[in-house]
Amino acid sequence: MKAFFIFIRKEFYHIFRDSRSLLILLGMPIVLVLLFGFAITNEIKEAKIAVVDDTRNKVSREMAQRLDASNYFEVVVYPENQSVMDEAFRQNQIKMAVIFRNDLSPAHDSQIHLIADASDPNTANTLINYATIIIRTFEQEHPAQAKPARIQTEVRMLYNPRLEGVYMFVPGVMTIILMLVSAMMTSIAITREKELGTMEVLLVSPIRPFGIILGKVIPYIVIALANTAVILLLGTLVFQMPVRGSLALLLGACGLFVITSLALGLLISTRTNSQQVAMLISLMALMLPTILLSGFIFPIESMPLLLQWISNIIPAKWFIIIVKNIMLKGTGLEAIWKESLILVGMTLFLFLASIRSFKIRLA
Amino acid sequence: MMIEVITSEKLSKHFGNFKAVDQITFSVNKGEIFGFLGANGAGKTTAMRMLTGLSKPTSGMAKVAGYDVYRNPEDIKRHIGYMSQKFSLYEDLSVLENIRFFGGIYGLPRKVWKAKSEALIERLGMAEMAHALVRSIPLGWKQKLSFSIAILHDPAIVFLDEPTGGVDPVTRRQFWEMIYQVAHEGMTVFVTTHYMDEAEYCHRISIMVDGRIAALGSPDALKRQFGTQSMDEVFLRLARPGSSGVGGVATNI
Repeated sequence: MKAFFIFIRKEFYHIFRDSRSLLILLGMPIVLVLLFGFAITNEIKEAKIAVVDDTRNKVSREMAQRLDASNYFEVVVYPENQSVMDEAFRQNQIKMAVIFRNDLSPAHDSQIHLIADASDPNTANTLINYATIIIRTFEQEHPAQAKPARIQTEVRMLYNPRLEGVYMFVPGVMTIILMLVSAMMTSIAITREKELGTMEVLLVSPIRPFGIILGKVIPYIVIALANTAVILLLGTLVFQMPVRGSLALLLGACGLFVITSLALGLLISTRTNSQQVAMLISLMALMLPTILLSGFIFPIESMPLLLQWISNIIPAKWFIIIVKNIMLKGTGLEAIWKESLILVGMTLFLFLASIRSFKIRLA
Repeated sequence: MMIEVITSEKLSKHFGNFKAVDQITFSVNKGEIFGFLGANGAGKTTAMRMLTGLSKPTSGMAKVAGYDVYRNPEDIKRHIGYMSQKFSLYEDLSVLENIRFFGGIYGLPRKVWKAKSEALIERLGMAEMAHALVRSIPLGWKQKLSFSIAILHDPAIVFLDEPTGGVDPVTRRQFWEMIYQVAHEGMTVFVTTHYMDEAEYCHRISIMVDGRIAALGSPDALKRQFGTQSMDEVFLRLARPGSSGVGGVATNI
């Protein structure tokens, strides 16, 4: 047991003396959260729009004011006709235009056209959604101006009514960091011992192989959990992300995902002897799918069927579902047991696979 | 009276149809410096892995430090030291931290490794470097330190896997002085090398060819047996029968 603590202490020396890994381990989570929070946001703030108002009546004016008053839009130009508007689009002065047709009056159908610059389709979609909500709300508040028998589609954005990007990227960043620390850093740390030849010396020593592996991963578990805490704190304090469910359950889920990632890292380190290869595999086979296919950035529902199937074998997908359920919907274990079981199953499979290749290598 | 600390009888290791080690039989006595020679791929490493408890033999029998390689590999590990060709110290740990780490994983009590590390640093004359990272000390020092750490827990046998690769001749000589010293004190030294002048320093050597032990004896006995002047020629004749013939013709011209 004492030998074990000495081992763990040695592992921390490695981490703290390598400025590069220290930077990744401690700096990365903070940088990522802040980057996603402030810079790379797909959230709309004060998007520049144009209002083409053919009607020039009270309703259209009020509606334009309502759009302008919201945090999402800023009316920058009032083009006289559509060709002026087209020019404004081409020169990138505006992202969206609202056109009020001449017959906007109680007697007819409301004629409002929304035109968006779809060269950035995501932004365009979001802008249209926001504008639609604001316009619908306005119509509901002024029933006299809407047609009586009109069928209203009501749009409500559940759990994230203000459509804030932070709700998406906090779970996403957490997933990336846990994956990075637990899978990539452990696989690099273990292959490093192999590359330097110290693994051989350790294997010849009285420490059991299992003890060596445990001693190597425990520091990374500690760091991964500390990172989780930092991300959660930043998310909740700086970006007001809610934690509606049980905190214990959330931490438990993070713990589970850390172990899944460790198992992945172990498997990688049993299959390669070089740090470079371990890093490359981690980046290509773990980080890329985690970022692209987990639903963190691109919604899984809108992927081609093949990619949707592939996304099922990516642990991050299930973890993100769990985290969003707990943090945003405030659900308990009853809603996430299936996803958790999938993660547990993946973890067991990965551990068995790494033990198998470890044994083959030793034989 | 000779005490056998390594006994191997018909020890074999097969990988599928390939016989990496094929029925090797030999023994090593207490306090002996035993040279384990062979060309690359002759099966030295596989044999050494079996003797150090890292890999289970396919058949045959072997005892190391009194323990059976099948039943008690963990006991073997506690009673042997090992130094690999890469010196295997942690470059980002200081000299003292390395000593403490390896002392620790061999379960030496705090007091013991404290006393031992002080004595060791004193003996090697490394007092000024004790707190320096191993990365920054010269190769020769690393190698001596690595050897001293391998025997820190007073093992019965120390296995040295090509311990002098890439080291200058002066340091190599100093290193062999250390080996003689510990052998004199009763430790058994099992060493693999590619340098034939080092083979001459050994009490006895074995030469492996294609998984078998092709020759075994003291350097002088082997030279007599093969009628050659140096170990170099003995080795070439065994390891590359074809090329030694060509070499012979070349010298005749």
